[in-house]
Amino acid sequence: MNIESISLSGRKKMVSNKEMTFLEKMYLVAIIKGLFITIKHLFRRKVTIQYPEQVREMSPVYRGQHQLKRDEEGRENCTACGLCALSCPAEAITMKAEERKADEKHLYREEKYASIYEINMLRCIFCGLCEEACPKDAIYLTTSKVLVPASYEREDFIFGKDKLVMPLDVAIRNAQLKNAN
Amino acid sequence: MIDSTIIIEKSVIIVAVFAITMVMAMYSTLAERKIAAWLQDRIGPNRAGKGGILQPLADGLKLFSKEEFEPNTPNRFLFFVGPAIAMSTALMTSAVIPWGDKLHLFGRDIILQATDIDVALLYIFGVVSVGVYGIMIGGWASNNKFSLMGAVRAASQMVSYEVAMGLSMIALLMMTGTLSLREISAQQAGMNWNVFYQPVSFLIFLICAFAETNRTPFDLAECESELIGGYHTEYSSMKMGFYLFAEYANMFISSTILAVLFFGGYNYPGMSWAVENWGVNSANVIGIVVLFSKICGFIFFYMWVRWTIPRFRYDQLMHLGWRILIPLSIVNIIITGIVILRHDIMVYLGL
Ligand code: SF4
Ligand code: SF4
Repeated sequence: MNIESISLSGRKKMVSNKEMTFLEKMYLVAIIKGLFITIKHLFRRKVTIQYPEQVREMSPVYRGQHQLKRDEEGRENCTACGLCALSCPAEAITMKAEERKADEKHLYREEKYASIYEINMLRCIFCGLCEEACPKDAIYLTTSKVLVPASYEREDFIFGKDKLVMPLDVAIRNAQLKNAN
Repeated sequence: MIDSTIIIEKSVIIVAVFAITMVMAMYSTLAERKIAAWLQDRIGPNRAGKGGILQPLADGLKLFSKEEFEPNTPNRFLFFVGPAIAMSTALMTSAVIPWGDKLHLFGRDIILQATDIDVALLYIFGVVSVGVYGIMIGGWASNNKFSLMGAVRAASQMVSYEVAMGLSMIALLMMTGTLSLREISAQQAGMNWNVFYQPVSFLIFLICAFAETNRTPFDLAECESELIGGYHTEYSSMKMGFYLFAEYANMFISSTILAVLFFGGYNYPGMSWAVENWGVNSANVIGIVVLFSKICGFIFFYMWVRWTIPRFRYDQLMHLGWRILIPLSIVNIIITGIVILRHDIMVYLGL
């Protein structure tokens, strides 16, 4: 085996620059062949998904909008350890930690919490690494199909705690469901 | 028999033909998008009306409501004349097409043709070659290099392919012996279609028709990848719509001409039987339907080709026109001549 005939991809093709014959120069044979190929596609099954009526099935590991979880008592799980920010390949997460006051025990589960927690949705690639990194089960990528809504302002894409933290009533409902089971 | 009824009769036919051309051109735009979609395994526009049937109206409305933009050009007049020429020449050719033989209504024979001039084919060639002025003037008056380039390409392409087209016609005319489309249609009664006698001529004419209508693979005049939009880059709103519309009207007309010249026009096998048994009117209505299905077939073919093959390179285009099609059509003329004069030649050679 010599070096010229080795093909790593298996798709190597010799380029030939031979003169076309008169028949080939009329292109007719090639065109007719092409016409047969396209006409076959006329009868193929169409791949279009009629979007608003038909929705493509989501993958079971679909990763949508982030959510900062609350526990059963409605307290925020996040302890502002910063592991999510560290693991984020897109460097989308920033936060500011604060110590929990004595009268805030019902608000935050850990002694330290994130007073500011922001994800820049223009940077985020929805890889889910933040979710994997979190030791406190605090951040999850939900299956919500509503992703970042369009906007004219760049600032609108930096989601703060107002958009990220799980609503309190949802947390209460979850707790009730769990107790019922 | 020049009387007032003939004026009414002809006006009705002219209006009908005009309306049909418009409707066909309108729905060709929808058909184009649908066929493009189907050939690419898609569904195509289907939101406006059932199955997208109102899409052309929506497109037209959109074009109407667009801003009318004018480039800073010294030839403002010509800028307006360009699309007008393109549109009017596209509509003028349909005047000489025989849509059917005749209808018998109100006690008189109505010939289904706006005018039966005996140089119909020559008239069509003349009008079609004026059509290129629409593109040239528009491109030139746009005061834009890309438009000019597109216009120059269109002009040279049309001029080159008109030669081959004319020559391919000569072989056919030697056989038919007339330029009147009505007589040519009548000669092809039954299945006596010219395509069976002149296949090479048909092929050359078909290729040239693609070139004359600026359709892929010969759409160098408006190739997006090189020239933005070609000659209509600077046009917007309905002026742009006129150019696009003219293209589709041209496609309809050239499909009609192909059907009339080579595929027997309104003739179908058993037409004379139908005339005897079902009467002139129903036989001819079927004839019109047959002609239109042939036309639709050709329009489909145009679109099918468009979505199959890529655009020719400019040198390939010229090469194909001058060095292949023209010699081929000349050879075709010679062979046709020999076949027509075979008895005389035999006698001359003493066979
Ligand atoms: S999903 Fe990935 S990119 Fe987005 S914030 Fe989490 S780690 Fe960063
Ligand atoms: S979300 Fe999890 S990983 Fe991120 S700061 Fe809070 S606790 Fe730490």
